[in-house]
Amino acid sequence: MSTTVSPTYDDVVARYEPVLGLEVHVELGTNTKMFCGCPTGFGAVPNTQVCPVCLGLPGSLPVANRAAIEATIRIGLALNCSIATWCRFARKNYFYPDMPKNFQISQYDEPLCSEGWLDVEVDGELVRVGIERVHLEEDTGKSLHLGGATGRIHGARESLVDYNRAGIPLVEIVTKPVPGTGAKAPTVAKAYVAELRDVVRSLGVSDVRMEQGSLRCDVNTSLNLPGRPWGTRTETKNVNSLRSVERAVRSEMLRQSLVLDAGGRITQETRHFHEDTGETTSGRSKETATDYRYLPEPDLVPLAPDPAWVERLRVALPEAPRLRHQRIRAEWGLTELEMQAVVNAGAVELIEATVAAGATADGARKWWLGELSRRANESGVELGSLGVRPVQVAELQRLVDEGKINDKLARVVLDGVLAGEGSPAEIMVARGLEVVSDTGALAAAVDAAVAANPAVAEKIRDGKVAAAGVLVGAVMKATRGQADAKTVRDMILSRLSAG
Amino acid sequence: MVAISRDEVAHLARLARLAVTEEELDTFAGQLDVILQSVARVGEVVAADIPPTSHSIPLTNVLRDDVVRPGLGQDAALSGAPDTDQGRFRVPRILEEEA
Repeated sequence: MSTTVSPTYDDVVARYEPVLGLEVHVELGTNTKMFCGCPTGFGAVPNTQVCPVCLGLPGSLPVANRAAIEATIRIGLALNCSIATWCRFARKNYFYPDMPKNFQISQYDEPLCSEGWLDVEVDGELVRVGIERVHLEEDTGKSLHLGGATGRIHGARESLVDYNRAGIPLVEIVTKPVPGTGAKAPTVAKAYVAELRDVVRSLGVSDVRMEQGSLRCDVNTSLNLPGRPWGTRTETKNVNSLRSVERAVRSEMLRQSLVLDAGGRITQETRHFHEDTGETTSGRSKETATDYRYLPEPDLVPLAPDPAWVERLRVALPEAPRLRHQRIRAEWGLTELEMQAVVNAGAVELIEATVAAGATADGARKWWLGELSRRANESGVELGSLGVRPVQVAELQRLVDEGKINDKLARVVLDGVLAGEGSPAEIMVARGLEVVSDTGALAAAVDAAVAANPAVAEKIRDGKVAAAGVLVGAVMKATRGQADAKTVRDMILSRLSAG
Repeated sequence: MVAISRDEVAHLARLARLAVTEEELDTFAGQLDVILQSVARVGEVVAADIPPTSHSIPLTNVLRDDVVRPGLGQDAALSGAPDTDQGRFRVPRILEEEA
């Protein structure tokens, strides 16, 4: 056995050129499934959202969901694709129990949308990712594998299948091969998926949540020597977070370089990404396309989207997220880095809504990226699911701006908002949190602090203004933090300069 | 010329998870060949102006609105299953050849 020294990533990209390809599946957020009227809610009791069509019972006939067709065309348009004027669904035949009818209705050589592109920004540079096709198919059921370790298929003795998910409209978005990204390949892959997610989210056709599987990603990776033909690719499945997309590409590049350095050949195969180790392991060998025996779906008539309909959808597309971010960045006066932080936190819409509710962009951003992000992280939820509405944040900021509460009290008010106690103003009153602005009470507290700290007072009288902090602290303590520190400081200084 | 080889029949049988004996392979290859040759004769009369037909009815865009309709309950859904467990269809381990 030879000892192999693992090459460093820098070493790998110095000697090999990676080629990427990404297949993203987006589960549409339609009310009903692709070919039947079953509901699509996540997390329902197993096999309660099923009917003869999605269970593939004899005699049942599928009918395509108009909303799903429309959503797919809109995704295609947002990705600068051509929309087919005529296309068919196809049967993809295979024998897993995740589809009850031994085939999946998909599209084969006639995708609804094709030949598009998506611009992705990486380190301030635009990378144009070509889109090969966007097609519509039905999602599969969920299997629970018994007898194997941790619910995985390996070593499993039997499987339990829930068909609630079977038949939910699933859009597959396939890129053209992406060469020339070099060392940035993992970052480009991640940035593409993030951008695609933002585009789909902006269309409102899916909640695109990777952790719930409504956006799933397969990553194709190959390596070749400079100037040589592209290498054999592997397809890594089970990549369930943006971070994993990046890690999966990187780990696959490292693994393939080891094989190639040793004079070996890369097998075209499916590999599984393991979240815990960040590595991939070999899965099933890829069946060739013809083995699926695709045939035009005889139970569904062809689709021929009316060009006028497509044009109406095109005109009504929302602004592309990347361009929208550029515009917002200018409006809010943010640097690239600051905007990036806002985007990464998923706070663009939240801040926008907060500004619309009357807050300044700076004030809104401070709340959402600061205190609220911190709380969201602590609770392990997304910012938007925290339970605070933009209009409440705007009100909170207004109370601070009006001097009614200080930042510290605002955080207490926020506790109340999260606990569902009402609007920030109501909570401020109910909890008695309003800043002490009664000058009489404050003046008494200042007098008491001066009397209790004669030595400090003397220093301040001698011009050592910095010593005032001690007295401010004493007053704040006496007012239980409910005074405005700056006002207190001003009062102390004027009291002692006059004295 | 044969329209389908014995090897192709064996391949199809494997894809369809059908256990086919050597004798059956010979039989089916011969029978399928007759069927395919017959169908192929249709191709002989096809003129260039006749597109391949996948659907016999000249309809497009048969779509339905995105409105929920009642389906089957869990009991009814599972009633035809050979075996169930935890509200799910219970099936033998699969992917044997792919693990």
